[in-house]
Order: sequence, then C-alpha cells, then structure tokens
Amino acid sequence: MRKVLLGIGGLVLLVVVWELYKALGPATGVVVGDLTVLPRTTDLAMPHVWDMASRFFGETGSGRNAQPVWLAVFEASVFTLGVSAVGWLVGVTVGLLLAVLMQRFRTAESAVLPWIILSQTVPLIAIAPLVRRWGSQIEFGDFTWENWMSVAVIASYLAFFPVSIGALRGLNSPDTIHVELFRSYGVGWWRTLFRLRLPASVPYLLPALRLAAANAVIGTVVAEVSIGLRGGIGRMIIEYAQQASGDPAKTWAPIFGAIAVGLVAAGFVALLGVLLHRFRRGEVPA
Amino acid sequence: MSAASTEQSPADGLVTAAVHVTGVDKIFTGKKKATVTALEKIELTVAPGEFVSLIGPSGCGKSTLLRLIADLDTPSTGTVTVFGKTARQARIDQEYGIAFQQAGLLPWRTVSANIELPLELHGVAGPKRKARSAELLALVGLTDFAESYPDQLSGGMQQRVAIARALAESPRLLLMDEPFGALDEMTRERMQTELVRITAETGAAVVFVTHSIPEAVYLSNRVVVMSPRPGRIRDILTVSLGSAAERSDHLREDEAFFTNVSRVRELLHGEAPVGIRGVENR
Repeated sequence: MRKVLLGIGGLVLLVVVWELYKALGPATGVVVGDLTVLPRTTDLAMPHVWDMASRFFGETGSGRNAQPVWLAVFEASVFTLGVSAVGWLVGVTVGLLLAVLMQRFRTAESAVLPWIILSQTVPLIAIAPLVRRWGSQIEFGDFTWENWMSVAVIASYLAFFPVSIGALRGLNSPDTIHVELFRSYGVGWWRTLFRLRLPASVPYLLPALRLAAANAVIGTVVAEVSIGLRGGIGRMIIEYAQQASGDPAKTWAPIFGAIAVGLVAAGFVALLGVLLHRFRRGEVPA
Repeated sequence: MSAASTEQSPADGLVTAAVHVTGVDKIFTGKKKATVTALEKIELTVAPGEFVSLIGPSGCGKSTLLRLIADLDTPSTGTVTVFGKTARQARIDQEYGIAFQQAGLLPWRTVSANIELPLELHGVAGPKRKARSAELLALVGLTDFAESYPDQLSGGMQQRVAIARALAESPRLLLMDEPFGALDEMTRERMQTELVRITAETGAAVVFVTHSIPEAVYLSNRVVVMSPRPGRIRDILTVSLGSAAERSDHLREDEAFFTNVSRVRELLHGEAPVGIRGVENR
C-alpha cells in the first residue's frame, strides 16, 4: 500500500514540477551562453498537463475515420506490445541458447562473447533497412516475410544482449561444491544444467529479462519508425508530431502509450519473478 | 610392526576393501609449469564398516586424497579402488555418499527435497523417495523441518541435512571433508556423537578428513596422520576405544581417550621428519 502511495506521489510531484516550471520559467527557456539547458515554456513546447489529458480523451481524424485519441493510442499500444512480445521471446530464446553454449564450451565463450558485445554498438537505424531487405527475400510455401517480423527481429536484437550476459553469469553461479556434488552423483551435463545451473541462474536472469523487456519495447518503437511499419506507437508518434504546431498536446498521447507498453512489459516480468520466487531465496543474503 | 601394515594385509583376502589406495602420487601443475607434489607414495586400505580419519596440518593433501577416492580428481600415478572397482566406476555406481565442509544445500529446495535430490536424479519413484527422506530426517532428528528451506536452518542443522543427503542411497562408504569444520564447539561435539550413532546404525565405512585431534580420536577406528610438502602418510594409529555403541559422551573424559589424543599429537608434531615410515609407536 505504501509503495502504491509513494508511486502516485512521485507522479503528482512530476506534474507539479512541470506546471510550476511552465508558470515561472522564462518563455525562451533557460539559456547558458548559446546552450539551452532548460526547455522553452511555451504551450508548443510544454503543453499544460490538463491539455494533454483533455486531448487524450478528445477526438482524432474526421468524418468516418473519427475516433477518440485514447482508443487510437490503445490500439497502437496493443499492436506494439504484441510485436515487442514476439521480439522479447525470440531475444530471450536466442540469449539463453547463447549463454548455454558459452557455459558448455569455454572456447565458445572466448569466440562469441566479444561479438555479442560488439553487436550492441551497431546503431539500430543502420540495421533496420538491412533486416527488411533480407526479410523480403525470404519466401517459402505459404510463408511470406512481413514487415512486422522485421520489427520483431530488431527488437530481439536489442533484447537478447542482457539475457545472454545475465544468463551466462547465472549459469556459472553455482558453487564448486554444488557442481562437484552433481559430479559425485554421476549426473551428466544436461541434467546438471536443468537441475542446478538453470535454477541457480534465476536471480541473475530476472533483472536481465526486465532489461530485455524494456529493450524490446524501445527496439520495436524505433524500428517501427525506421522500417515504416504502420499501426504501432512508433508511427503514431511521428504522425502526431507532424501535427504538433497546431495541436501540441496531441503529440503526448502516443508517448503515454509507449510508457504504458513499457509498464505492462515490466509488470509481466515482475509477475514471472513472483512465480519463480522459490528460486530467489538465495538473493536475500548479500 | 606398525598398525598400518598389520591391518592392510588381510583386507585383500576374504573381503573386498571399501577403499584401496596403492602407490598414489598426485602432482598439480600450476602456471609456468611449476609443479606441486600434493601426495606421494600413498598406501591406504579401509575395511568395510571401518571409520578412518585423515588428519594433518593444512597442505598435507588430506582433502586431495579424499577427492581422489571420490573421483573428483585423478591420481598422477597409482590406483584407487572402491569396493574393488575403479574410483570412476564407483562414482558412477554411487558407491559412496559425500559431505563437504559447507552443507551445500540447494537453496530453492526444501529440506526433504534436498535429501531426495540424489534419489530423484537416479530415478527413484516418488513415494519411495518420500519414505526414505522421512526415515533419514528421523535419523538426524529434523522431522519437524522437512518443509523448511535451508536458509531457515542453523549451520548445524544444515550440516545434518547434508549428512542425511549423503546417506540417502544407503552407501557403504561415506566420504566427509571436514563436515563439522564450520560449526561451533558444542554443536560439533553433538554432531560427532550423532555421527558415531549413525554410522553404527548404517554400518557404512567412513573416510573422514579433519584437523581436530580429539575429533579424529573420538570418531575413528584408525587415525591416519599425514605430513605436508610433499603430502605423505606419516603413520597410522589404531584407536581402541571400543565399538561405536560404547562411544558415548563420557568417553571424552576417559583416560584412554586422552592417551590416544596425546599419541596422535606426538605423531603430528612428533619426531624429526627423518625415517618417517619406520616410527615405533607402542
């Protein structure tokens, strides 16, 4: 209960700070030298919180296409959440497989780990068109590659990284004594993996999964923009931003949607953590 | 004639020895090809049902010797057999149960699930496992804690769970590497008394690594005194304090107990390390 109140308190504080600065700050923003360190306080740059809210529940489009903004944002959020979920699943699977491979073969660790780290230095914008082009060449039977799959692949590209690193640490976390105990039982590597290494890796894996979820959402939103996939939050942010000069409050609606998607994703991982609480007993003593 | 050789010879005859170590050297190769001789010319036989302690200062290779018997390491030369099999085969056949200085319980398993772990890994059916763990919990006096998690137990209780786990498959041989080393003195003495009772009930042979002289004397039929750099067996002392049933707490006050303790102490600190093997001790 206290946590919930504190959470709401934080939100209220944010709103108060926003409005206070908007009321008291200079309209041109705080400028040091040539550098703007705090934003302008015009309605264009910082709409009132209540304007954002009323716009959120207002209408968008015209004629037959008219629908409430919140509904449009909700539909886009669900779409984005679905694509990120696919990206997250693929990323987690790939990350886990890589970690298991690296745990099993020391040479694999030396060979693969640098590439895994290097992979994260490639900018998303650079790989998005590549993934799309490669994807469009995949076609067998009834299966055709669709753009949302490219987006999911890019999301997974961001998501697999924390999982592979966290899982590798987790898989290597059992004490020598446990490993030797399993050896004394004459149990092979696979069974040691499932009975000892995987359960022991849970405390390391959960933060990694949470990071992966956040990365998958960000990856999806950014990839939607750079691939040009319609229907999701990413495209919506761009579309609404183009109307920003006339309707500045509307720009914020899809941003709230993106936050909601992130929260849902993080909540899902928290739920996983609750389900796996048995394996987290070791976390208590530092 | 030392106690060692008189007791070793008949073991090869009618009964297969629980542990038979012959001509074992263990050399560790470190960085830059530097070698450390951890064990040299080790000869040791443990009869079935016999309690043998390995004692010596740090670095004398007593734990290494235990690890060789457990096939957690392989000797550089010489052979180790357990119940007539190679150490490796004996490990695969689950001829021994093992307990370390740390209890090493899996934190996500309850006490009873920890005890059942080896049974589960070897495909013993559920009801049978339950029955066995209940039996063992009674043996170590932890019946009320079956559903507790290891972090809810004291160090001594955790160690008792570890011993119960080592006994789960009724091994004929127990290997213990300073299992009471991390416990306080009072818990330690109580655990020793319990271990004597448990081994008497199960009839298992025990190889027990320790660096406590009273502990070694109290528990053992024979005490193997080792010396470091290189690790060798300096002497083997037969402790005659009666059968396990006769070893109760007041034995600790006994004259014979003290005599044996001082004999082990003399051997440990003992005479100049020349002519080690030929020491006359009685």
